[in-house]
Amino acid sequence: MNPFRWIGNYTMRFVEEAGRIVVLFAQTLSWIFRPPLQGREIMKQMEEVGVRSFPVVIITAGFTGMVLALQSFTGFKRFGAETMVGTVVALSVTRELGPVLTGLMVSGRVGSAMAAELGTMRVTEQIDALYTLATNPIKYLIVPRFLAATIMLPILVIFADVIGILGGYLVSVLILGTNPTLYIRRTWNFLEFNDLYSGLLKAACFGMILATISCYHGFFTQGGAEGVGRATTKAVVISSLTILISNYFITAALF
Amino acid sequence: MIKVDKNSPIKIRVVNLHKSFGNKEVLRGVQLEVRQGESMVVIGGSGSGKTVLIKCIIGLIRPDKGEIYVDGVEITALNERRMNEVRKRFGMLFQGGALFDSLKVWENVGFGLRRQARLSEEEIRRIASEKLKLLGLQNIEDLMPAELSGGMKKRVSLARAIAIEPEILLYDEPTTGIDPVMADAINGLIVQMKERLSVTSIAITHDMKSAYKIGDRIAMLYQGEIIEVGTPDEIKDSRNPIVQQFIQGRSEGPIQLV
Repeated sequence: MNPFRWIGNYTMRFVEEAGRIVVLFAQTLSWIFRPPLQGREIMKQMEEVGVRSFPVVIITAGFTGMVLALQSFTGFKRFGAETMVGTVVALSVTRELGPVLTGLMVSGRVGSAMAAELGTMRVTEQIDALYTLATNPIKYLIVPRFLAATIMLPILVIFADVIGILGGYLVSVLILGTNPTLYIRRTWNFLEFNDLYSGLLKAACFGMILATISCYHGFFTQGGAEGVGRATTKAVVISSLTILISNYFITAALF
Repeated sequence: MIKVDKNSPIKIRVVNLHKSFGNKEVLRGVQLEVRQGESMVVIGGSGSGKTVLIKCIIGLIRPDKGEIYVDGVEITALNERRMNEVRKRFGMLFQGGALFDSLKVWENVGFGLRRQARLSEEEIRRIASEKLKLLGLQNIEDLMPAELSGGMKKRVSLARAIAIEPEILLYDEPTTGIDPVMADAINGLIVQMKERLSVTSIAITHDMKSAYKIGDRIAMLYQGEIIEVGTPDEIKDSRNPIVQQFIQGRSEGPIQLV
């Protein structure tokens, strides 16, 4: 095929899909404020997104904080700045690694589940059945998932931040022999409220991104079991990529 | 059986309905009239557009051209909210049941009630049990859909469709995928629904036994158009070779196998 045509085709498909995702996002927002509230569905999804993702997020954050301490210690020792390890760990975790890694892990765990569940509902006509029972599926299925992800991601990130910093502390103090008081002082003195806040804001954005993209792929699944598989893969890959790309732009905007 | 006379008002009128997917024309000018209280069966091969037709009638698919009137009101151009009001008068039985996996049987049956009427949970549960009993199902209220057999799923799904006491019932291949004995039982239930609840119904099927049993009239959909409409006897005596080939289930004849 003509390479220009190929590029053109791809661009058109990309723009079309991006447009449809934005439309779904707008519809989701507009349905949030229309009754009924659906507290039960929202709680169920919050448990799924938040509580069940907790172990994964904690393990990820803990080991990331630990390895960060090891690596930065090695580097900083070369110019005698070992005491700054606490600062580096705290800043990296709260500003960057906490939200991004949590976003990626939750995309993998929850985004895939959202896409698979909605995709299965689509191919088994359960979404059609909702319409026939005079229930809007965006309101009933997507809004609770969207709200749950947007609310729970920042909460997960708070835990990730604490555990990440704790991981760094333990490695520094127990293995690298840093003075605990100094480590804590280095962490506290240079940490600003802004660091934490920007991380949490990012996390809320990532929650919206992963819920919208995953629900989009599930909701518009076509082609039976194979289609559900494809939707699940796309949900994870595209939400992860979008999180990483938007991370740069959100950071630049907050900078 | 209540006979629907020729003077009953027309409940559903489909006029010149067209629908294409990509460059594939699925419906090419469908005309169909269903009278109040009548049971219409639409027969046709796989891929003849039966499902698309029924989904247009309940507003799940928007046609490209043509009109659908329900009690004289044109529904294809209605907005979401007005369409929802219309849908409340419909019940639909989906081919695979389309029960909500995450909800218990009684919650499935009561789903429409919970959304449409201000009823307490106990009240909804009671109505759900009542409807299930009507379909010969007892003590399964707290099971999950995954624990049910195919025939039970269809019956639960039928209970869900009738729970809101609709005026019009749509059946998408009610006997597909279940054993012949259960299929006959489902046919019997459909006839019962019609007599007891005096609903208007449209069923689509390729099961001729079922079509003869449940239909007051039968319409054949072929290549996106209704090519013949008549009572079961008229259809049996049809001189159209396509209709004859289809109802006799022969592979030789004018129908092209795709």
